[in-house]
Amino acid sequence: MKSLRRIRAVAAKEARQLVRDRLTLGMVVGIPVLQILLFGYAINMDVRHLRAGVADEANTALSRQLVEDMQAGQVVRFVLQTHGPDGLMEALRRGEITIGLYIPADFERRLADDARPAAQLLADGSDPTILNVAIQLLKMPSPLIVAPARNSGQLFELRNFYNPERRSAVQIVPALIGVILTMTMVLFTAVAIVRERERGNLELLITTPVRTTELMLGKLMPYILIGLIQVTIVLLVGHFLFRVPMRGHLGDVYVAALAFIAASLTLGLLISTLAKSQFQAMQLTLFVFLPSILLSGFMFPFDGMPPLAQQIAEVLPLTHFVRLIRGIVLRGASIGELLPEVWALVTFFAVAITLAVLRFRKRLD
Amino acid sequence: MDIAITASGLTRRFGAVTAVDHLDLEIPKGRIYGFLGPNGSGKSTTFRMLCGLLRPSEGQVKVMGYDATREPEAVRRELGYMTQRFSLYDDLSVDENLEFVAEIYGLPRRDKRDRIFEARREYRLEDLRRQRAGTMSGGQRQRLALAAATLHRPALLLLDEPTSAVDPQSRREFWESLFDQVETGTTILVSTHYMDEAERCHELAILDRGRVAARGAPKTLMNDIDATVIEVACDRPRQAHHVLMTVREVRSVTQLGSLLHILVDPTMTDPEARIGKRLEEERLPASVQRTAASLEDVFVAATRMSREGPAS
Repeated sequence: MKSLRRIRAVAAKEARQLVRDRLTLGMVVGIPVLQILLFGYAINMDVRHLRAGVADEANTALSRQLVEDMQAGQVVRFVLQTHGPDGLMEALRRGEITIGLYIPADFERRLADDARPAAQLLADGSDPTILNVAIQLLKMPSPLIVAPARNSGQLFELRNFYNPERRSAVQIVPALIGVILTMTMVLFTAVAIVRERERGNLELLITTPVRTTELMLGKLMPYILIGLIQVTIVLLVGHFLFRVPMRGHLGDVYVAALAFIAASLTLGLLISTLAKSQFQAMQLTLFVFLPSILLSGFMFPFDGMPPLAQQIAEVLPLTHFVRLIRGIVLRGASIGELLPEVWALVTFFAVAITLAVLRFRKRLD
Repeated sequence: MDIAITASGLTRRFGAVTAVDHLDLEIPKGRIYGFLGPNGSGKSTTFRMLCGLLRPSEGQVKVMGYDATREPEAVRRELGYMTQRFSLYDDLSVDENLEFVAEIYGLPRRDKRDRIFEARREYRLEDLRRQRAGTMSGGQRQRLALAAATLHRPALLLLDEPTSAVDPQSRREFWESLFDQVETGTTILVSTHYMDEAERCHELAILDRGRVAARGAPKTLMNDIDATVIEVACDRPRQAHHVLMTVREVRSVTQLGSLLHILVDPTMTDPEARIGKRLEEERLPASVQRTAASLEDVFVAATRMSREGPAS
C-alpha cells in the first residue's frame, strides 16, 4: 500500500519534471516525426535515374536504339557522351557517372554472335545498390529481338508477397518504430538516475524510506506512456503519408510495443547505474544504439550475417521487435504466432531490471 | 540521559586517505550537538556513515538504537537529513516538493495536509507555494529544505553545513527554528565552520583531519582552554607580529585590526611582562593584557595540538 504510494509519488514527480523540460518534451514528438520523414523519403532502395555515360563507337541505328531503350527504362539517365572505355573510366573515377555503357565499333557483328557479348557495362562497385542495378540491366533484351518470347528460358517466376510494389517505406517504417523507441527510451532512462545523482537529489532520496525497486518502477512509468505516444505517431504518419498497410491487429502492435518499451527502458536504467555522468550515459547509449540498428535486421538481412553477429543480435531487444512488428504489420501475423519473440523481450526485461536493482545500492560508495 | 548516537572507533578510508579516523561519539537526545571543523575534517563523511549512506571501514555506529550499517532502513525512518547541497528538486515548486517528500515518507493522508500547512507557516513559505525551488534565494531554499527534512517529524535531525549559502539574518532565524525543534524533543546534529553557530550548540566536537581534537560545552571549552590568551595593542602590528612569531612559547598570532590576539603556552610564567619586554627590545611599544578565550581560540589551540602533539 505504502509501496504503491511511493511508486506513484516518484512517477508523478518524474512526469512533472518531464513536462517542464521543454527539450525532452520536444524530443518525444520531434524524434519520431523527423526520423520517419528522413527514413521514409531519403532511403529509397528503388533506384532510378542513375547518372550514366555512353561511349558509342559503333554509332549505328541499332546502337543508338540501345541507348534510347536504356534511357526509356528510367533506371539510367545519360549525362555524358565520351570516347572509348578510357573516357568512361575517367568519368567513373571522378564520380561524374555511376554506370558507363561501352558500345564497341563491331557492335552489330557481336550482336549476331552468341558467343561474345555485344556491349559492356562499367559499374561503380563501391556502392552495392548500383552494382545490383547493373546486374538487373544485364537482363535487358537484345534490340535485335523485336518481340521476346514470353518467359523465355526463365526457371523461376517471382511472386512478391506483402510488398508487391517493392516500396522501401513499407519495409522501413514499421521497424522504424523500434529504432525510434531504442533511441528515446534508452536515452531518457539512461540519463534519469545519473541526473539525480549529478544534481544531488539522490543523496536525499536514499536517506528516505523509498526502496530501489520503487524508485526504478516509478521512474519508468511516465516513459511507458511516452513510448506508446511515439508508437502512435509513427503508425499514423506511416499510414497516412507512406501508405504503410496494417494487415495485423492494432492491439497486437501495442502489446509488442509495450514489451519492447519495457525492455528498452530497463536497458536504459541498467546503463544509468553503470554511468558516472550524463555524458557517459549518452556514450553508453550510443554504444547500444549502433549495433541495434546494424544487426537487428532493420537495415541488413539477419540471415546474411556471420554467426557471431547473429548471436549478438539475438541479445538486442530491437532484433526481436523488428521481427514482431514486421510480422504483425506487414504479414498479418497474430502475436500468438510470434510468441518466442515476445518471450525474448520479457526475459530481457526481467534480467535487465534485476541487474539494475542489484547494481543500484542505496549508498554513495 | 538518553543517548541518540554512539560511535566507537568509527573509521572511513578513501583509498590512501583516512577521512574519519577512529572517532568516538556519544550524543545525548534532545540537544543540539555541533561538529566544528574546517573543510576536509571529516564532518560530511561522518554524517553519511550515520545515515547509512557510506559504510564505515572500521568501527560501529548506533543511531536511535539501530545499527546504522546493518539496519539503515530502520535508521532512515527516524532520521531527517539536510544535505550540504540543496537536494530537493529545482524544477518543482515548494508545494510539489513538500508533497513529494510527504508521499515518500507515507504520511497518512489526513496528517499530510495539516503538516504541509504547518510547515509552510512555520518556515514562512506561504507566499512561495507555487514558486519553483530553482528560482528561490539561498535563505528560502534552506527554509524549504528544513521544512522537508522535518515534515515526517523525525526524532533525529542531521544538518550538514546548513547555513553555508545563507545571509546572517536568515541564519539567525534558522537557529531560532532549530531551538523550536529541540523544544519538542528532537535531537539535532549540525556541522558548521562558523564559530558563532558552534557557540550556540549545547555541546560541541571540534574535528580536525578525521579526529576529535576537543569536545564539550562551548563555555567549558573556552574556560578550560589549554593556553593563555593575550591581547597586544600596538602602532605597528605587522612588525610586532613577526617579532612575536620568534618567541618560542607563542603558539599562534591573529591580527584583528590593530590588535594582535596571541595564544601562549600555558607553562609560560608571567607572559604579559615577558612579551611586553620582548616587544620593547625591538622598539615596538605596546600595551599587553590577558583576555578571555573565544571559541576561535579554542579551535586554533585544539587543532594546533592535534597537529603538533602536546606542546613541549
